[in-house]
Amino acid sequence: MTNPDLGTSPDEVQFRFRDDEPADHGTVTVDACCDQTNATAVRIEPGDDARTLLPFLDRLALIEVNFPAYGDGRGYSSARILREAGYAGELRAVGDVLIDQLSHMRRCGFDAFAPDQRLDEDDAARAFATWDNVYQRTVDGRKTIQETRHE
Amino acid sequence: MYSYDQYDQQMVDARVAEFRDQAHRRLEGKLTEDQFKPLRLMNGLYLQLHAYMLRVAIPYGTLNSRQMTALGDIADKYDRGYGHFTTRQNLQYNWIKLEDAADILADLAKVEMHAIQTSGNCIRNISSDHFAGAAADELVDPRPYAELLRQWSSFHPEFTYLPRKFKIAVIAAEKDRAAMRLHDIGIQIIEKDGEQGGEIGARFYVGGGMGRTPMIAPMIRDFVPLDQLITYSEACLRVYNRYGRRDNKYKARIKILVHELGAEEYTRQVEQEFAHMLDQGVEPPREELERIKPFFDDPAFEDGAKHVDRSDPDFALWVDRNTHRHKHDSYVSAVISLKPVGGIPGDATGEQIRIMARLAKQYSFDELRIMHTQNVVLPHVKIEDLHALWTALDAADLGAPNMDSIEDMIACPGLDYCALANARSIPLAQRISEKFDASGKTEKLGELKLKISGCINACGHHHAGHIGILGVDRKGVENYQLSLGGSEAEDTSLAKITGPGFTEDGVIEAVEKVTDVYLDAREDGERFLDTYRRIGMAPFKEALYD
Repeated sequence: MTNPDLGTSPDEVQFRFRDDEPADHGTVTVDACCDQTNATAVRIEPGDDARTLLPFLDRLALIEVNFPAYGDGRGYSSARILREAGYAGELRAVGDVLIDQLSHMRRCGFDAFAPDQRLDEDDAARAFATWDNVYQRTVDGRKTIQETRHE
Repeated sequence: MYSYDQYDQQMVDARVAEFRDQAHRRLEGKLTEDQFKPLRLMNGLYLQLHAYMLRVAIPYGTLNSRQMTALGDIADKYDRGYGHFTTRQNLQYNWIKLEDAADILADLAKVEMHAIQTSGNCIRNISSDHFAGAAADELVDPRPYAELLRQWSSFHPEFTYLPRKFKIAVIAAEKDRAAMRLHDIGIQIIEKDGEQGGEIGARFYVGGGMGRTPMIAPMIRDFVPLDQLITYSEACLRVYNRYGRRDNKYKARIKILVHELGAEEYTRQVEQEFAHMLDQGVEPPREELERIKPFFDDPAFEDGAKHVDRSDPDFALWVDRNTHRHKHDSYVSAVISLKPVGGIPGDATGEQIRIMARLAKQYSFDELRIMHTQNVVLPHVKIEDLHALWTALDAADLGAPNMDSIEDMIACPGLDYCALANARSIPLAQRISEKFDASGKTEKLGELKLKISGCINACGHHHAGHIGILGVDRKGVENYQLSLGGSEAEDTSLAKITGPGFTEDGVIEAVEKVTDVYLDAREDGERFLDTYRRIGMAPFKEALYD
């Protein structure tokens, strides 16, 4: 493992829950993506409206959602909105992504993680496995506790 | 009352394990204090002036005697022998060591309790009517809906990093005993005429709150069908999570968003999101509500005496003051005042907490409630048991006959404990209750809600006090502003400041003066609040400043 004290590029994906080849080209902004008919990778900032991307989802292979600060939770809504609209490409959380946000991000539809600071693999593995069961229906398709109770 | 199944237990156990792991990583230096802070906050752990404070969730203020006993034991084992009941129907310990926190959470988990989301920018513990399931005037018991919301809001993956904290209250009576419209979301369960007779649904009020910018929540939907309750809540939260302000923490509550957008525009956005979410299947199966409801079924009430022997005047006074009409005519709900004269509002010793637990087991079908006014309720007490109950309470210094009187004040911990406070609240509360008790004026004043906050964050609900006191710092000296005319009840209103502030002695005198104005001006049956509303601020100002 690299020195955890050194910052890694936001494009260095540390965790990925997909089998396809990662998109290998840079992302554009949401505005540029709407103007540019050939862009296949885009990066959402916290203030962007994820819904402006909905007409272009078919051609997008990668959407990065940036978390400049872990406490800004807008990216969780952006992720769910994209998945709810049927986006099936890679949804990557980048930026200030920390151990204790991983399980919630995963539930909101993120399937790739590129933290600014590389995370401890064991801590992360435990974090992804935090919840054996869940109370809320989200885009991750997991059966909820309430559904299990009434099978 | 509700009890956990294996899944609920597993969720709480998972959280305890997660917190142990986080605390461990903090100690190892893998987490900075800045990174650890929101995590410990979401487990109810605050750093106060002198020590850590741990806030325990009491969902919709309902608990059983086993849980109450555990709270008393924790007070003795890990605190300095006290628990402090809060305006969020919770309990906090003010003297906790960080290294004990995970063990306390494990002790709580053994009795189906936790400290989850009692702090942090997430959906907090759901509050409700403290007389739920007992009050004569309720439409239905609101707690099954509160429980449905508890499950939905626990560890909600999208709403864990909201712009700011988020509080939800659920009531089901016209009388509001939960300050519903001063919450981020206030839900009133109502009935409307439907095709098959009466249909039950939820009325949504969004954007209320106290703090530095007090606001009364406007109604945004008069009827949400019960099988869309969670979906509608989710839509309200998503609009807030996406568009609530994050540039300034003092403008980040949903009340500011609703105010800046206007209730109409906020509602339009919620309705749009709601229409989208109806297709997402976020609503739990309808059977879940039906599973929850029987947990709140009536206990086996028995007919008995309908009246008490009033020959003991002290007992008769307590009955008049501290009991509330029950839906069964052989029962009442009994309020245990945690406001003894000169005491700290909301405090109880470990032993007192265990005594209340025992009495609940003996006299109230094993059930207790915490009131947002920092008192405890035994919801179902047989009228013929009242004297025995009162005798036991009185012996434990829990028999103060002062519910809803000036002595039953709400006070925040203030500068004695809180790192945010500008002024002390507790000594002021103590002195006022001593003064009014000694002069015998409490009785004459009748219902008078006094609420004291030690800073503008308004934890002591001063905006909603018939008389409110706000402690501020004026050039390094504690100074107290007086306000009049607030109400947290169904006639919700925000108190108005009388004028320049007072010293500690001065504000006590000022409270005395405004109560004198009331006693002189009141007409038959008027409470302080009614008189104030009729005659306005001017006569009070005159008495205070001329």
